[in-house]
Amino acid sequence: MKTLAIFIVLLFGGLLIYCTLDFPSWGDPQAPASMHVSPRYIERTMEETSVPNIVTAVLADYRGYDTMFETIVIFSAGVACLFLLRIFKRIEPETQLYRHIPTGITLRIAKGAEPPRESREFERIDLMWVPYDLIIKTSARLIVPFSQIFALYVIAHGHHSPGGGFQGGVILGASIILFAISHNLRSSFTRISEKFAVLLCGLGVFIYAGTGALSIFLGSNYLDYGALSKIFGVDPVTARSHGILMVEIGVGICVMAVMVHLYYNLASAGRHDEGL
Amino acid sequence: MIWQIELVVLLIVIICGIGAITVKDLLGAAILFGAYSFMMCLLWAIMGAVDVAFTEASVGAGISTVLFVATVFRTSRRTKD
Repeated sequence: MKTLAIFIVLLFGGLLIYCTLDFPSWGDPQAPASMHVSPRYIERTMEETSVPNIVTAVLADYRGYDTMFETIVIFSAGVACLFLLRIFKRIEPETQLYRHIPTGITLRIAKGAEPPRESREFERIDLMWVPYDLIIKTSARLIVPFSQIFALYVIAHGHHSPGGGFQGGVILGASIILFAISHNLRSSFTRISEKFAVLLCGLGVFIYAGTGALSIFLGSNYLDYGALSKIFGVDPVTARSHGILMVEIGVGICVMAVMVHLYYNLASAGRHDEGL
Repeated sequence: MIWQIELVVLLIVIICGIGAITVKDLLGAAILFGAYSFMMCLLWAIMGAVDVAFTEASVGAGISTVLFVATVFRTSRRTKD
């Protein structure tokens, strides 16, 4: 069976590699894609959308439907993971650990006993893995705000440089995950709770679809951002650039929330109690 | 572009890909997968697809490695096969 599987894999792999020989070579000016589609975008993007980064213009404006449904795919993946992984029944842990902060003594609370209230003196710590390191905590606290500002820059500056909603959203999510790893899962729940994360997932898609619907109400086609000029008070070409920014913000919020929520579910095995 | 660098990067991509499916330690496989993504990111950047390289670096090498490590932390570290 194993030899058969290897044989089939090698056969189809060889066929695929053989077929790629018929492709036009990389960067070939005579290739069909470089002859018909690309020149149109390269020549007209600047005068039609006033966005210097053609990739962003194609992604969010010319192929706006594609990107909207990509966002919806990410949203539905996040929702599917919620239903697959989340355990809604609350399981009482066998023992709980609490640290008395002024002395550094760890208390072990048996099942059924009254745990101390979380305060400035007592903090609950995880059983499996305790991130308690001053260097890691301090350096993560230094890195997180800078990476968040970088993420916002990537989202907002996607018109002019590489980047956009997807990348910026992922970096924003990564900064929150870094916070969750360096501190613990519960302290990141106090910043972004589970409900808030799920709400943001929907909000991102809503912003994207709402921008499209707004263009319908202003008497144009769906996702035709030129119609937004009546709201922004600028000419239709600049309005396209602003519309792309609105859409990118929606994508960024959705991607960030899905990444954070996915991490919460995976790291705590769906219990949202204690985790990596 | 310097073709020697491309060749080395492509070789590392293949080695990381084969390593990620053969290694028994799943944490090692996750790290190898991150290295694979990072080398793919370099290849995209060499070919001039900067946006794709950026996405690959942030999603492939960044977030998905973290998610793999979180999953390994919660399941088992060794493969059954």
